[in-house]
Amino acid sequence: MAEQEIMIGPRGPKPRKTFSRRNIFLYGTLAFIAVYYAIPLYVMTVTSLKGMPEIRLGNIFSPPLEVTFAPWVKAWSQACTGLTCEGLSRGFWNSVQITVPSVIASIIVASINGYALANWRFKGANVFFTILIFGAFIPYQVMLYPLVIMLREIGIYGSLGGLVIVHTIFGMPILTLLFRNYFTSLPEELFKAARVDGAGFWGIYFRIMVPMSLPIFTVAVILQVTGIWNDFLFGIVYTGPENYPMTVQLNNIVNSTQGVQEYNVNMAATIITGLVPLTIYFISGKLFVRGIAAGAVKG
Amino acid sequence: MSHKRPNQLFRNKSAKIAAIPMIVTALFVFVGGTAWTIVYSFTKSGLLPRLKWVGLQQYERLWDTKKWLVSIENLFIYGLCMLILMFVIGFILAALIDQKVRFESVFRTVILYPYALSFVVTGLIWQWILNPSFGVQGIVRDLGWASFTFDPLYNPDIAIFGVLIAGLWQGSGLVMVLMLAGLRGIDEDVWKATRVDGIPTWKTYVVVIIPMMRPVFITTLVIVTTGIVKVFDLIVAQTGGGPGIATEVPAKYVYDLMFQAQNLGQGFAASTMMLLTVMLVVIPWAMLEFGGSKRHG
Repeated sequence: MAEQEIMIGPRGPKPRKTFSRRNIFLYGTLAFIAVYYAIPLYVMTVTSLKGMPEIRLGNIFSPPLEVTFAPWVKAWSQACTGLTCEGLSRGFWNSVQITVPSVIASIIVASINGYALANWRFKGANVFFTILIFGAFIPYQVMLYPLVIMLREIGIYGSLGGLVIVHTIFGMPILTLLFRNYFTSLPEELFKAARVDGAGFWGIYFRIMVPMSLPIFTVAVILQVTGIWNDFLFGIVYTGPENYPMTVQLNNIVNSTQGVQEYNVNMAATIITGLVPLTIYFISGKLFVRGIAAGAVKG
Repeated sequence: MSHKRPNQLFRNKSAKIAAIPMIVTALFVFVGGTAWTIVYSFTKSGLLPRLKWVGLQQYERLWDTKKWLVSIENLFIYGLCMLILMFVIGFILAALIDQKVRFESVFRTVILYPYALSFVVTGLIWQWILNPSFGVQGIVRDLGWASFTFDPLYNPDIAIFGVLIAGLWQGSGLVMVLMLAGLRGIDEDVWKATRVDGIPTWKTYVVVIIPMMRPVFITTLVIVTTGIVKVFDLIVAQTGGGPGIATEVPAKYVYDLMFQAQNLGQGFAASTMMLLTVMLVVIPWAMLEFGGSKRHG
């Protein structure tokens, strides 16, 4: 009987009380911090949904009394940059035209680099790889002008094509590292077996490496889409006003000195610009974290 | 029965052809471009690059320019505050989240989302929140504290701290993620052992955990530092370098001189100084990381 009672009694460590002092402190602090980080997004959203009179009277935290989508419409199609008044839509399509080919080109190039480095080490390969990794730390400002000259020589300075090349170049260090490390982690027997079967460099790449590496390709896409979409410096240096990406146009709209500041339109424009990376972030979750962890260069 | 052996030369050739973009980038852009800029920083380039040597004249002029001195000072203040606060905030956040909290992924997601936003978006959001009439200052005044002043973006003395607030908000999530990975990498037995010995939690963090996380700290240091030196879009969007020249930074100085003032020589000299700053951090790190023991993997 006594033995049975012992068996019935609670087992394992004593459970902590849900409302212990420690928990109240811990969750209280975390909730406070979370609110702090969330507030700017909230402020931006409510501001973009108010009319200007309400903004002048109220404070930035109060929810809109009268929800209006007019600022969003204006930000998209009519907001002025100081030169033209066609809103963000143009910048949006420019950014799409820049981002899609840049992401594809940079990932193709970097995955082949990574593959060559992981499986086909040729003499001197590691020298180039080391230079590449060091290149990730060189401030872009040092290479800005030489690249302007190179692109001008080829005749694509100021065009979308030139910007795609620039993104491919500066995405190369981290992406190459990402792919190299991933391909190295794949079992070598696969590669050897394919060699025995007579597959060559490209055969192995397309038939074995790419199909086996979809997760890392996804991480690379996330990393590149957010990175290139958010780029400002290369956009402003390597394209002209007709090709400016969204970030540059957003800055021109909000910081243009002409006319009365329409804060609701500005905030709507800001949200629209942030929407693409934010959507990717909230959908991809863990993969996004993996991408930035990979960006945290760790040989 | 002749089993065709893969031709050694052909094998190398294929990989080499595939690696041409990498080789070109490494040699021509990273090495060549950097060398080119350094060389031309000793010339009298103005509107166009010219190979007319002037020795250290560009550098002398650079260090005589008020805007550059302010830029360096700002980079120093911003950088130092950013480094310290990023580490402190990132570590505390990671430690809090590492307490086996419920809804961990919710907290992580909320703290990290600013990192997905561009610096332009970040700068514009905080320009609005720090707007003296409508933002934080206006609200506190409306609550009845009429003399309350908090206008970092309009006061040259503290404007750089307005940028700092935005930078911290945007980037601290990344540091948290890195630190959290570091904390998770520490063996559970370490915690058990200190608990058995009756060492209080905070002391375990300070005496045992933090020293064990040295590699993570070093990686974070390198990432945060390179990010600090590169800061450009945040400034352009949030303050435009103003009020006056109060929030100028080197990266913006280089851009302004090269592409606005068309004074290339100054731009080259300034960017070479930026390179020097980064190398002061990266070279010791690289020697620590890759120099001493043989590399793994």
